[in-house]
Amino acid sequence: MLASKVVALSRSTVVRRIAVSAAPSVRSYSDDFRLKEYSEKYLGDRKVEFTERLDIVDPKSFPVFPIYRATDSNGEFINPENDPNFSKEEAVKMYESMSLLNTMDNILYNSQRQGRISFYMTNFGEEASHVGSAAALDPSDLVYGQYREVGVLLHRGFPLEQFMHQCYGNSMDIGKGKQMPVHYGSAELNFVTISSPLTTQVPQAVGSAYAFKRAKADRVVCVYFGDGAASEGDAHAAFNFAATLDCPIIFFCRNNGYAISTPTADQYGGDGIAGKGPGYGLHTIRCDGNDLFAVYNATKEARKLALQNKPVLIEAMSYRAGHHSTSDDSTAYRKKEEVDTWTEKDNAIKRFRQYLERKGWWGEEQEKEWTQECRKRILTAFNAAEKVQKQHPHEMFEGVYAELPEHLRRQQEAMDKHLEEYGEHYPMENFKSEAK
Amino acid sequence: MRLFCLVSKWRAGAVCWARQLRSGVISFVVNDRSVSCYLLAACTSGLPSGGEWSVRRENREMVTLASRLVGLTRQGQRLAAGSFRMSSHFTFSPRTADPSLGETTKMNLFTAVNNAMDQALASDETACVFGEDVAFGGVFRCSVGLQEKYGRDRVFNTPLCEQGIAGFGIGLAVAGSTAIAEIQFGDYIFPAFDQIVNEAAKYRYRSGGLFDCGKLTIRAPCGAVGHGALYHSQSPEAYFSHTPGLKVVVPRGPIQAKGLLLSCIEDDNPCVFFEPKILYRLAVEDVPKEKYKVELGKGEIVRSGTDVTMVGWGTQLHVLLEVAGMAQEKLGVSCEVIDLQSILPWDVDLVANSTVKTGRLLVSHEAPLTSGFAAEIASTIQDKCFLNLEAPIARVCGWDTPFPHVYEPFYLPSKWRCFDAVKKMTSF
Repeated sequence: MLASKVVALSRSTVVRRIAVSAAPSVRSYSDDFRLKEYSEKYLGDRKVEFTERLDIVDPKSFPVFPIYRATDSNGEFINPENDPNFSKEEAVKMYESMSLLNTMDNILYNSQRQGRISFYMTNFGEEASHVGSAAALDPSDLVYGQYREVGVLLHRGFPLEQFMHQCYGNSMDIGKGKQMPVHYGSAELNFVTISSPLTTQVPQAVGSAYAFKRAKADRVVCVYFGDGAASEGDAHAAFNFAATLDCPIIFFCRNNGYAISTPTADQYGGDGIAGKGPGYGLHTIRCDGNDLFAVYNATKEARKLALQNKPVLIEAMSYRAGHHSTSDDSTAYRKKEEVDTWTEKDNAIKRFRQYLERKGWWGEEQEKEWTQECRKRILTAFNAAEKVQKQHPHEMFEGVYAELPEHLRRQQEAMDKHLEEYGEHYPMENFKSEAK
Repeated sequence: MRLFCLVSKWRAGAVCWARQLRSGVISFVVNDRSVSCYLLAACTSGLPSGGEWSVRRENREMVTLASRLVGLTRQGQRLAAGSFRMSSHFTFSPRTADPSLGETTKMNLFTAVNNAMDQALASDETACVFGEDVAFGGVFRCSVGLQEKYGRDRVFNTPLCEQGIAGFGIGLAVAGSTAIAEIQFGDYIFPAFDQIVNEAAKYRYRSGGLFDCGKLTIRAPCGAVGHGALYHSQSPEAYFSHTPGLKVVVPRGPIQAKGLLLSCIEDDNPCVFFEPKILYRLAVEDVPKEKYKVELGKGEIVRSGTDVTMVGWGTQLHVLLEVAGMAQEKLGVSCEVIDLQSILPWDVDLVANSTVKTGRLLVSHEAPLTSGFAAEIASTIQDKCFLNLEAPIARVCGWDTPFPHVYEPFYLPSKWRCFDAVKKMTSF
């Protein structure tokens, strides 16, 4: 009886082994009391038993989280039940989002190399996890990202022009030229503005999810972060807070094998990021991040759980096919062959296209036309953004506080006075001459 | 002679008044029975089970009786009857509330904070109070009764993790809720430093106003408490004063605490509110019952004078008030005492105008000297009032050491150190 109870509660064969091998305990009244207390109060109603067997559990003896997938690397369904049956329109839109992102990345990456923008980060290899998860969310769901989730924003309809304005920090940028390129945000599209400090967004996302729960808003929060970011203390804080405060949140970890130069072997010793989930009391799944369908299905299901205030952790496995950023040359720490092999053997966009082609929803001709159109749209937006002036320097003092405090007003005046005399030494021509 | 202390929340019926007869000598009036004894330390606050009293052994019986009457724990009685733990470094000067604010009731600082949060929760359905141990009322009793009144989803415990508390609070505020987060001691706010400095403070700016966490207030006890040593005594306001985007506030008594805290909660910017923990039980004033606000960014002239301007905040303000009295009495020097109240943004004009009038400025805080907020005040004032200054600006602060345990009386910028500074600057 004892063994079967434990088995029913555990996904782990290890725990089963321990329980079965334990000598039958003679339980006293005191034991019953303590086990009840420990189970109910200490362990969240997980039924615990004593064992007389000294067994320090080897973490490697736990079964590894399997990688959930829907299709093989040719985009064919392995189990047809996993087909979410997208309409043609939905499926084509997803493909267009991924390939548009890919083209934008290529162009902006190269433009950084030419010194036209100061910084860029590509999304190569991770497009499917962005678009698959974005498609499974409701547009009202709040998204917090790290910085490599541009596909989510793009799929939600963020205008190409705005990406470019942000990268240039010009006066049309809704972020008002305050942050480095790729730090996008959109209140309209429920995408919280990106910031550079890693993982800070994760406990914040939990707080927003708690607010949604209290407002009975039927909204969830989805927060993205990388495998490296998961090592920050804020990840621990967030997982724990979400579980104890029962928040409607999806933690979406992009495990792409590297944090800049650091391989995952230097990042963690356990079963990836998914392996941490159950320890916090999170519903957890690991999925194939290059399989849009798997990501979509996992996120869709996670959203259902989250709406019941059960936080979910998704670990999407993929590979960072590009450099970390334009300030990084990844061949300094990984072989080019490794990158090439991944790109050749498992390309998320190609995989999805094969599916579309089999359905007869996409073809060579369409691909050509679409690629050209993407290039044209991006280059038009990019060239236009380059010509837009930046905000008047007064904007620098705006938004520090909701109001402009006296000391900042005085500092602004001091700058104005300085520029009156020394303006010729500053790039005045790039900035608007009139404050708004 | 000042009435200065209302005790005995912890024993029903035993209402106790303490009257200071002269320095170090306290007369207790407990349920109409009068007892007097030597008492070198005031209640140090913070212990839910009762205060700790340190009393010099003068009349053991009397002390024991007095301790029993005020409802000290057995440990407290032992301390009171025998050992010397600390000496009170200040005398609380209560103020009278503006009569236009209506009916008042006696509150100490923790009840004033409680009252402010109560009123914030009552008027704003989205408001939540959270942190470590706040559900049962908080280790300083600031959230007593709030969970019963407003429910477990609005007043709740979090896991023991300051960076999580701050991050969670930011997220609540980003989603439009009013977030009142508690960090149990100011000393433990540093794990949340990243969330406060890199995130909360910069949220509105970096997003071009698309997102903000203006509805976030972080409360934390601060300051010396007699025996708090390194990690229950710090005054970290200067660290935060270097962060554009934050508002940093320290009240000196219950009336300010309620008004300033309500301002912080309703302000559209993230605020850090430091509560001098030694005042939690010790500081008692007649506090207006209705909601009112004390404007952020403004200081207050608490005592007018003509010869020296003295600026402080929190507990230290009471030290300065005592010094002003001493300077008048012993030196015939008239001191103007300013409570800064808001550290960021701070009331430059108030301090500058006062310094123009007096020609001398003394700034005093418990935090260490180097890069303490007095440095900011001093450099700003010497820039603004250079032609009016008749002596170098004096900074009387904690020494540049960690906050010590048994050496606390020597560490603090005591009234004697401040008095000496006044003496020197007036004879400069």
